[in-house]
Amino acid sequence: MPAVIGGLLLIVVVIAGLSIGAVPIAAGDVVAALRGFGDASTVAIVRDLRAPRVLLAALVGAGLACSGGALQGTLRNPLAEPYLLGVSGGAAVGAVLAMALGIMQPTLVTASAFVGAAMATVVVTGIARAVGGSTDTKLLLMAGVVVGAFANAAILVALADAPPERLRGALFWMMGSAADATWAAVGRCAAALLLLGGALIWRARDLDVLALGDEPAAALGVDVDRASRRLFLVASWLAAATVAAAGLIGFIGLVVPNLARALGARQHRSMLLLSALYGAVLLVAADLLARTLRAPADLPLGAVTALVGVPFFLVRLRRFVA
Amino acid sequence: MTDTTGSVGVTASVPGIALAFEQVSVRYPGRTQRALDNVSVLASPGRMTAVVGPNGSGKSTLVRTLLRRAALEQGVVRIGAAPLSSLDAREVARLVAIVPQREEPVLPLRVDEFVALGRHARRSAFGGMSADDRDAVQSALERAGVADAVGRRTDTLSGGEWQRVRIARALAQATPVIVLDEPTTFLDIAHEMAVFELLDTIAQQGQTVLMVSHQLNLVARFASHIVLLHRGTVAAAGDAATIMRGEILERVYDWPLVVTRDPAVGALALLPLRGRGRRGS
Repeated sequence: MPAVIGGLLLIVVVIAGLSIGAVPIAAGDVVAALRGFGDASTVAIVRDLRAPRVLLAALVGAGLACSGGALQGTLRNPLAEPYLLGVSGGAAVGAVLAMALGIMQPTLVTASAFVGAAMATVVVTGIARAVGGSTDTKLLLMAGVVVGAFANAAILVALADAPPERLRGALFWMMGSAADATWAAVGRCAAALLLLGGALIWRARDLDVLALGDEPAAALGVDVDRASRRLFLVASWLAAATVAAAGLIGFIGLVVPNLARALGARQHRSMLLLSALYGAVLLVAADLLARTLRAPADLPLGAVTALVGVPFFLVRLRRFVA
Repeated sequence: MTDTTGSVGVTASVPGIALAFEQVSVRYPGRTQRALDNVSVLASPGRMTAVVGPNGSGKSTLVRTLLRRAALEQGVVRIGAAPLSSLDAREVARLVAIVPQREEPVLPLRVDEFVALGRHARRSAFGGMSADDRDAVQSALERAGVADAVGRRTDTLSGGEWQRVRIARALAQATPVIVLDEPTTFLDIAHEMAVFELLDTIAQQGQTVLMVSHQLNLVARFASHIVLLHRGTVAAAGDAATIMRGEILERVYDWPLVVTRDPAVGALALLPLRGRGRRGS
């Protein structure tokens, strides 16, 4: 039932995203334009401008929600997510550094983002281990926030002498945006979601078992260290792909899996699938807000999700600690 | 307080095989003293074997070797004839079910989903539950006396229910050997007795039961073989009469005590004495 409602919501926000804007287009005309009918400018606005943007937001939202859901299971912490763990920040640094070195080829930028995400993961777990031993999740989150802050600073330093139009790029990386969406970016993001999100869903029962804790998971026949490392890497890679496509967007990975659980999805397979759906809905809606709230200004997408996500985090934190 | 005896009569038991720790030594990284030093424990099929001893005597380390959370420095752990080192995690989970000491339901599941995770090592990554899986889960729920809790979430269970649901998950693994690390901590008398009775039934049905426990008096009544650990070594091993002796227990627990035979029940019972200061130590 929540899946059906989510599907309907997705259709609604996608059509809203395609029809609302500087040039309002009626829902009926949107559907026609998608199929190539109607006047040329309407077709161009829908197919070349709005559709890639809406789809990219949907894919990034789905990817972040899946990544967050998997990280929460692996770390056994409902407050984990790629942004708070510094994974997204590391990915952004990787992408910015690649471009600062003149690498513009999108696949290479994505690869560099992944290397950045992987390095941030190593640093974050390294800090947590050095300070408190093994895998204390509170320490991991703290280390993640610190590494994330460091990543933002590094991006600013790297882009300090960039020409003015690149500074907009800095804002793009640090606060996220789907404004520059292209069909190519949509394709890359879809491939990453299918491959990496699919891998997480395929191994979802490993997540169910890991979420029980190290010793119970080992008792049930999971090689805990290897399985957590792999799932952590796949989830990070998925987050890195979304960062390469749309910059840093926080809190989707936190809010959505918890929402999916509240809607009754307990096991990771159904939880991840539902998260992907609602992640898409939420980020398409957030992107719609980003470009209409203060139109004609285009707000950073990450700012919108943070405005919603931070109060949620505080409420959830209270429940988690209590 | 009904259903405290588990449910006898539901037999989905698996014939046991021996679990043997042979002259096992374990040293944790960065420690000079061994957590286990040349310890041998044999748990045989069809009976309850118990490992007892003070805090820090190495009881849990023994269980951790099975979970591969503690590496062997010397010795060998055998499951049936096979050395533990020759088996991967999945193969071990098909032979030995372990109920670890602590477990918190951070991301709660429904009881039937939780118990079904006992089938993890027998299922493919994607497929659904087979008829065998479903039978094993149902039988485990019934044997552990928690069949009426299937629809509830694990974070709504009482302490006693939670322990029995965890035991049900281990029973669903349908392994020849079941190992429990202090399964009755935090339980009141009725729930504690229910767990001991359940494990007794499991052992009588043929499975190999190895339990780590602090409850010497209950262990003396239920276990047919007891191993007393002291600072990582075996201080004594044998039946209740061998272990329940004042001079041994007083030395191991470093506290004055007496062992009496309860006139009503006929069981050996340990009674720690008050006033340690007067006797010195």
